[in-house]
Amino acid sequence: MENKTAAEIVRSYSGAPLRIMEVCGTHTHAIFQYGIRKLLPPQINLISGPGCPVCVTETGFIDEALILALEKHAVICTFGDLVRVPGTKMNLAGSRAQGAEVRIVYSPLDACDYAAEHPDKEVVFLSVGFETTTPASCMAVRRAKEQGVKNFSLLTANKTMDNAYRVLKGSADAFLYPGHVSTITGTGIYDQLKDEGISGVVCGFTPDEILTALAVVLVKCPEGKPFAVNAYPRVVTAEGSPIARRMIAEIMEPCDDVWRGIGVIPGSGLQLNEAYREFDARVRFGIPKTPGRPNPACHCGEVLMGKIRPKDCPVFGKVCTPDHPIGACMVSSEGTCSAYYKYEL
Amino acid sequence: MEEYITLAHGAGGRQTSELISGLFKKYFDNPYLTADDAAVLPAPAGKIAMTTDGFIVSPSDFPGGNIGKLSICGTVNDLSCMGAKPLYLTCSFVIEEGFPIAKLDKIAEAMAKTAAEAGVCMVAGDTKVAGKGQVDGVFITTTGVGQVLDGVSLSGASARPGDAVIVTGDVGRHGCAILLSRDSYGIEADVKSDCAPLWGTVKSMLDTTADIHVLRDATRGGVGTVLYEIAEQSGVGIRLEQTAVPVDPAVAGVCGMLGLEPLYLACEGRLVVFTPEKNAEKLLEVLKRGKYSAGAARIGTVTEEMAGRVVVRTSIGAETLLPPPGGELLPRIC
Repeated sequence: MENKTAAEIVRSYSGAPLRIMEVCGTHTHAIFQYGIRKLLPPQINLISGPGCPVCVTETGFIDEALILALEKHAVICTFGDLVRVPGTKMNLAGSRAQGAEVRIVYSPLDACDYAAEHPDKEVVFLSVGFETTTPASCMAVRRAKEQGVKNFSLLTANKTMDNAYRVLKGSADAFLYPGHVSTITGTGIYDQLKDEGISGVVCGFTPDEILTALAVVLVKCPEGKPFAVNAYPRVVTAEGSPIARRMIAEIMEPCDDVWRGIGVIPGSGLQLNEAYREFDARVRFGIPKTPGRPNPACHCGEVLMGKIRPKDCPVFGKVCTPDHPIGACMVSSEGTCSAYYKYEL
Repeated sequence: MEEYITLAHGAGGRQTSELISGLFKKYFDNPYLTADDAAVLPAPAGKIAMTTDGFIVSPSDFPGGNIGKLSICGTVNDLSCMGAKPLYLTCSFVIEEGFPIAKLDKIAEAMAKTAAEAGVCMVAGDTKVAGKGQVDGVFITTTGVGQVLDGVSLSGASARPGDAVIVTGDVGRHGCAILLSRDSYGIEADVKSDCAPLWGTVKSMLDTTADIHVLRDATRGGVGTVLYEIAEQSGVGIRLEQTAVPVDPAVAGVCGMLGLEPLYLACEGRLVVFTPEKNAEKLLEVLKRGKYSAGAARIGTVTEEMAGRVVVRTSIGAETLLPPPGGELLPRIC
């Protein structure tokens, strides 16, 4: 075969219709930011899946955070994205008006440091994220233990992708695997998935890297066999980061978890293990896991599974906008709906 | 003089006089600044432009400047964007009890230096002191009057399809510098505010051609917000070339890490210029020779279609929308 560029392969594809699903919020936005969809032939359907860690977190998580803030008077430290995600009745930003202390931090370590500097306050970090972000939460807890910081805890909703792919099997012909999650996990999982009939390509974040990954999919799919290719070798290695995985294993353990729009995915969550349970906010404050009730008008679940596009949601762009989000997909800077709303020409 | 501002300094008595003569007059002295209730000034010929701005930047000291320098640049630049030569400024201070006088001295010094560079006189002022905690450090309001150059008529509604869109330097530096001064996010970056008085820049452009449709200084909300404002006011679309927008590598790096768009970070020394295509090249030549516009670049074109929208041609030749401005800037989660 003569050498073609990725862009040429993508533009000249004339094969059967294909569904390609990306499962990383940063991919969702990068694809829009570079206008990549406009370069795809019409029979390629690029679907956004459950890639945004805030979006797949259940409504009840916000309700639990609100209980901690308003009833237990804990200082809530959180990534910025969570601040406007709707709970059953209100969001964290709104709770400030009722006296809640909600601080935006860039890193969970900042939350731990804040707790150390304010021993008179209980400080809870809202720990969400996939494998990329989880090690930072673990580091924060380990630091708290080592330094004897007693007033710090995590409200966890961390998740792993492995079993999610299995649940999503059949939703797409191939996945664009998340580039940064893969730097932690390594690529072994994708070989396992290939053996289970699930195909995908590890994808980077520059326009060239995204086009390359798409080109690989368009070349491999017509071959008719499951495949796993690393198209982000600049950063992702086969072994990933054993140090990060060891840290996660030292401090957390798998549990079943509920994903918005999907339901329970066994073994897909992470919670603090026995040795670190003192830092679990649910245990410390006696809060049961709260299911919460999303707004009945919200179709985030179907959007997250790639079953509908944001435009197909009856409230998209009308009642539900970035200024007045009904659901997480519109409020998170990595959310599918926020991407469609912001970037769609 | 004492070390700290006290309520007595704002009471209008002896301490107020000492503060004015010992500090403010030291820096702002000129024939128009008298002890009378108002300044009496010769009226300029033709039309005058007048504007006012409040400055509450936190922290009051940042890489590249301080609130004093900013308070002069902001008002001078607003006048300049109307094609008005800045002539006279007033300034009003509200200072928190306990504010260090040495810090106030530095602020006034910066104001004087910047005013001198811009060729403006400080003709009147006022000082109030609020109790501890009732104001954050120091708030400054400046009002400015300028003389509109003959034959110049600039308006945000004057952009026309085919106009070239030029920016006078790299974008987002001031906002980035402030962001990092407030909370380093664990990031070390050498980013200085682009805060600068721009009458010289404007004059050099108007001396080259009077055929400029829009001049606007990009402040809060950055260049992106200006583009949307002009697109809306003029009822036109704007097509941006993603690769042509100048961004300092450090700013690009910080924005990449925090998930921010440099086009929406504040500037304080950047102009956005809309001018017919035929003027673009010579204006760029003139700008590139200027003190504060060496990094000037043509970043786009005004279009008839997509009115009210800013469309970006990306580095791979595809088209996407520049998301409209709005909402808080929040750091990315992963």
